[in-house]
Amino acid sequence: MLKMSKVSKTYRTDTVETHALREFSLTVDEGEFVSVTGPSGSGKTTFLNIAGMLEELTSGSYELDGRDISKLGDKERSRIRNEKIGFIFQSFNLIPELDVFDNVDVPLRYRGFDARERKRRIGNCLEMVGLASRMKHYPAQLSGGQQQRVAIARAVAGEPRFLLADEPTGNLDTQMADSVLNLLTDINKSGTTIIMVTHELSLVDRARRNIFVKDGHVSDGPPELHFAASAIA
Amino acid sequence: MIRYYFKLGILSIRANPALTALMVAAIAIGIGACMSIVTVRHVMSNNPVAHKNDVLFHVQLDNWNPDDPFDEPNEPPSQVTYLDASALYQADRAYRQTISFKTSRVVLPDSEDAKPFQELIRATTTDFFAMFDIPFKYGGAWDDAADRTEEHVVVLSSEMNQRLFGGVDSVGRMLTMNKEPYRVVGVLSEWLPMPKFYDLNNNPYEGAEDIFLPFSLAISGEWGNAGNNNCWKPTEDGTFAAYLASECVWIQMWVELRDTSEKSAYLQFLNDYVEEQKTLGRFPRALNNRLSTPAEWMVNREVIDDSIGVLLSLAVLFLVVCLLNTIGLLLAKVMRRTNDISLRRALGASKSALFAQYIIEAGMVGVAGGLAGIGMTWLGLRGIENVFAEYDFIAYLVAMDWAMVLGAVALAIASALGAALYPTWRACNVSPATTLRIQ
Repeated sequence: MLKMSKVSKTYRTDTVETHALREFSLTVDEGEFVSVTGPSGSGKTTFLNIAGMLEELTSGSYELDGRDISKLGDKERSRIRNEKIGFIFQSFNLIPELDVFDNVDVPLRYRGFDARERKRRIGNCLEMVGLASRMKHYPAQLSGGQQQRVAIARAVAGEPRFLLADEPTGNLDTQMADSVLNLLTDINKSGTTIIMVTHELSLVDRARRNIFVKDGHVSDGPPELHFAASAIA
Repeated sequence: MIRYYFKLGILSIRANPALTALMVAAIAIGIGACMSIVTVRHVMSNNPVAHKNDVLFHVQLDNWNPDDPFDEPNEPPSQVTYLDASALYQADRAYRQTISFKTSRVVLPDSEDAKPFQELIRATTTDFFAMFDIPFKYGGAWDDAADRTEEHVVVLSSEMNQRLFGGVDSVGRMLTMNKEPYRVVGVLSEWLPMPKFYDLNNNPYEGAEDIFLPFSLAISGEWGNAGNNNCWKPTEDGTFAAYLASECVWIQMWVELRDTSEKSAYLQFLNDYVEEQKTLGRFPRALNNRLSTPAEWMVNREVIDDSIGVLLSLAVLFLVVCLLNTIGLLLAKVMRRTNDISLRRALGASKSALFAQYIIEAGMVGVAGGLAGIGMTWLGLRGIENVFAEYDFIAYLVAMDWAMVLGAVALAIASALGAALYPTWRACNVSPATTLRIQ
């Protein structure tokens, strides 16, 4: 379970103070598929970064599986990130010098699995995303949709409890986006909790729950209303 | 994980060959400049008898001018007079002892087509070879009797034996010098005492003599001294006998004393000897006798030229400049890879894991820089050799040895790791969220 209570995140420079999150509270239960929507600059990505422990929160509390994350050191946070969280980015973020096999291998290396176990997991995950035959291809040799599938395989290879996706279909055409979303839906059905940031209303339907973020905190109401309001504004 | 980091290092180097080549070149040039000078200094400061440093002692007696020391502030002469050398040698109070000086003879080779040549030779006593652990290829040193009876015997260096006898076992064969025959009793193996610790008076790097013969023979033959000579008052007349009886210093004396008690006893003997000589009107200065180990003696004689220290400082500064350049290049490389760093952080890499990855990569650059640095060092030494080509001894100073090769690699790795610390620290502290958000 992921639980944030009154989380605030403030970015400070010498002259400017920006409140990215203000008393942000949210609970995500195990197995949920939650979409996070909201206008640009509303704090969606900041929320996702804090959820993924890529950023420290300024105040409030954050518990992941009952553990207070804010009190952990770098090594423990890295371990939890490696074991419990998978990331999917809008721009895929594959490492260009590594082939598909080695890209999926990255989190497994930090996990400390032996070669046989890594090979088994990589094979299974690439089979699942339909790219088992492209193991030796480099990212530049793949289409956008295929690259995102590799990124998904990399995210789930360590069998994380949570999958955090930031605009996972933002750089894909409709057909490819659909296949990626189908994949995420299947992964969610197998028990992985998914939190997906998006600003596309069409994707919200895929989630079982939507939360709308505005001005750094969770706002009430169905997403359609908020999207409409944002569009009028 | 170490193997994985090596793999990542190779991939990174392949991905940025130009930048890597620049870093390797910067390290190699710095190492080359530094190690060239360090090598020269290393050879200069070498102690050829380090294994006997505690038992060998150079003898100094202060027979100098009462109004003016031999050297400031109160240094006794660096050599001894014939009077003292022969008296101390005959007293035979040390475990081993040797007196010697440099002279010269005209060698007449056996073969008809070979021309005679002038050769610097060392007139010494039999213990010279045992004291300094000089290795023999054939035969051995002459015996005590030969020293006493002025026997016409010689020991040849390996090089001279090659020149005169084609390198065969020449023991028992005859050699003609200044029309007199000498019997070869020994041939040395390769022996290159560098510096020539036993006689630092002229050029410490000129190499050992190639012919050795009994001291007594040179004295009875009244052969002139071809080495250093210092006098503080005129000799009686111009005869060799007057020279032998003079206060001129021109003979090097060494003793071997096996422990501190032997050393104390010998120093006491020297002091007693000088006190006795004072009653005869010699040694007008206060007691100032010295026994110096080879290492102490080389420091005393300032074997390492001051200019080497200046050159070394400049070379180290140059290395620092090269390393600063490397730091800049590494920093540029790391900053270009912030996306990779952030992504790895997101996928579970701890700061220490990333630190290890980047340090290993820097170490690989260091090894490459070290290997290239060996090549640069070799080039640097060849450059020094060419500049000072007119000096015969220069080849000895610019010879690379394994210690220097390993030193160059170790220095390169240490330099690369040192240069990598700041960029790696920056890499580990990259905020993954900021970088990944920009993508």
